[in-house]
Amino acid sequence: MAFARAKRSVLPGFGLSLGFTLAYLSLIVLIPLSAAFIKTAGMSWAEFLEAVASPRVVASYKLSFGISLCAALINAFFGFILSWVLVRYTFPGQRLVDALVDLPFALPTAVAGIALSAIYARNGWVGTWLDPIWAKGVQELSSIVPWVDWPSWLGTKLAFDRPGIFIALTFIGLPFVVRTVQPVLAELEPDLEEAAATLGANRWQTMTKVILPELLPALITGFALAFARALGEYGSVVFIAGNQPLHSEITPLLIMTKLEQYDYRGATAIASVMLVTSFVLLLLINLLQKWSRRYYRV
Amino acid sequence: MAASVSTALADKRLPVRAAGPRVIRNPWWVRMLFMTTALTFVGCFLVLPLVAVFIEALRKGVGAYFGAFADPAAQSAIRLTLLTVAIVVPANLVFGVAASWCIAKFDFRGKSLLITLIDLPFAVSPVISGLIYVLVFGAQGWLGLYKNAENPSWPALAAWLNVHDFQIIFAVPGIVLATTFVTFPFVARELIPLMQAQGNDEEYAAITLGASGWQTFWKVTVPNIKWGLFYGVILCNARAMGEFGAVSVVSGHVRGETNTMPLHIEILYNEYNFVAAFAVSSLLALLALVTLVLKCFIEWRHAQAREA
Repeated sequence: MAFARAKRSVLPGFGLSLGFTLAYLSLIVLIPLSAAFIKTAGMSWAEFLEAVASPRVVASYKLSFGISLCAALINAFFGFILSWVLVRYTFPGQRLVDALVDLPFALPTAVAGIALSAIYARNGWVGTWLDPIWAKGVQELSSIVPWVDWPSWLGTKLAFDRPGIFIALTFIGLPFVVRTVQPVLAELEPDLEEAAATLGANRWQTMTKVILPELLPALITGFALAFARALGEYGSVVFIAGNQPLHSEITPLLIMTKLEQYDYRGATAIASVMLVTSFVLLLLINLLQKWSRRYYRV
Repeated sequence: MAASVSTALADKRLPVRAAGPRVIRNPWWVRMLFMTTALTFVGCFLVLPLVAVFIEALRKGVGAYFGAFADPAAQSAIRLTLLTVAIVVPANLVFGVAASWCIAKFDFRGKSLLITLIDLPFAVSPVISGLIYVLVFGAQGWLGLYKNAENPSWPALAAWLNVHDFQIIFAVPGIVLATTFVTFPFVARELIPLMQAQGNDEEYAAITLGASGWQTFWKVTVPNIKWGLFYGVILCNARAMGEFGAVSVVSGHVRGETNTMPLHIEILYNEYNFVAAFAVSSLLALLALVTLVLKCFIEWRHAQAREA
């Protein structure tokens, strides 16, 4: 790392603050993180492959990726609508709803997990009527399209099955989309829409051809943030997922399971795959944000 | 990666605006549809869980609710959580101030790399955040291997470590370290953009007028960033109290010793002691509510200060 000297400044404290920052960063973040990669580097190729590509692990990747993707997509859709309502409309309790959007940031994940499973379980407030509908829907689907194994794809109940994971990840990801889209939408000049309207566009055309393209970079960024967060989420999911190996076991839970069996090598190998994935995502998100900043400045 | 979202105080704008002229309004049924969809979504995913915590906690009456806190294990979990926060938040606060001072006040090469590295913990899954400390300090980790090595370098140190056999993993220090990692970027993340936006002019003036470095920092910089500091601290605090995954890996789950509040909730829940689980949860939910209220208050103060 080439940290060159600061340009001459009259302000004091550069050496002290930078030195402390680098020392603390190395001790708390860099050295422990490097331990994961060093431990993985000590494994043989065959050993590594066995740890990261066994059927149970691959099933957990597919599940984590698939459901995180679905949850982030749903978040992008509802997040857009919610930001629109918060920016464009006035209604009683608006400030309250705006503040509540940050709840998933503030509410501990374990609390969110048990609260969501209490609501969406078969005897919960929403579960009592939605759970039978879901079960019936999956059954119907199986009779209409019998060559797909719907129950194993979609689960047969809401909580303690795959839909539960989806619910938890949707909860976790919501603020990311709203908080990236909301400020951009607020900055959007009404002139644009007025111009579109005077040029004869109807409202649908204005929405899809003027507003949506303007919001796209923010929407994609919010989507990516929600997706990245969902991939690593653990606390809220384990309480509502059912945690069946090969069916509803997410990758972070698998790492936890391996640790409990004292399989440190296996856990570390999977962890390093996840770390690389999230660093790539972080890089992509940084590029996205750079792109959208340039996009909105012009 | 919460950091990358613009919850930062520095670019917070209150977005409420009138509906605009008629041509750019959606038809009434679209507005109704949007409102209903948005509010149903908020209701199902945000309001219901919050309400459920309190209702489930009070399901068997106030007596059972308070009974949950009479349990010594619950009290020790609350104490451990408070202890952890009392160490982690000040540590990350000092780091956040130091990091934002050198990043916002000076120009140097590698600055954007440094900012990215500070953000790194947000990109790491909580479970992995715990795991890496097990790899460093655990019995099978670097520290354990060093302590049990036949010919360690610096034998005196190895001997000293073996005599003072303090545990890090499955004990309180591990919990503190993992929590520090998870909440690492919060304060720095709030302060860096704020201090960058404020620039150096006031500090230059103070130094030119003969103030010392510390005087400048305490009398000029701190008053300017106090709301941002407070904002970072409450977010850091909320996350530190509620962290589950990372702490779950490094804690030994010993009742009354190494259980924080979220871990205690997990145990109670798995024992089907739902009332007690939700009672302890209600404390954390209250904390979340207080955090949200304080957050709104700070944003309001900040907006006012900006208008003035």
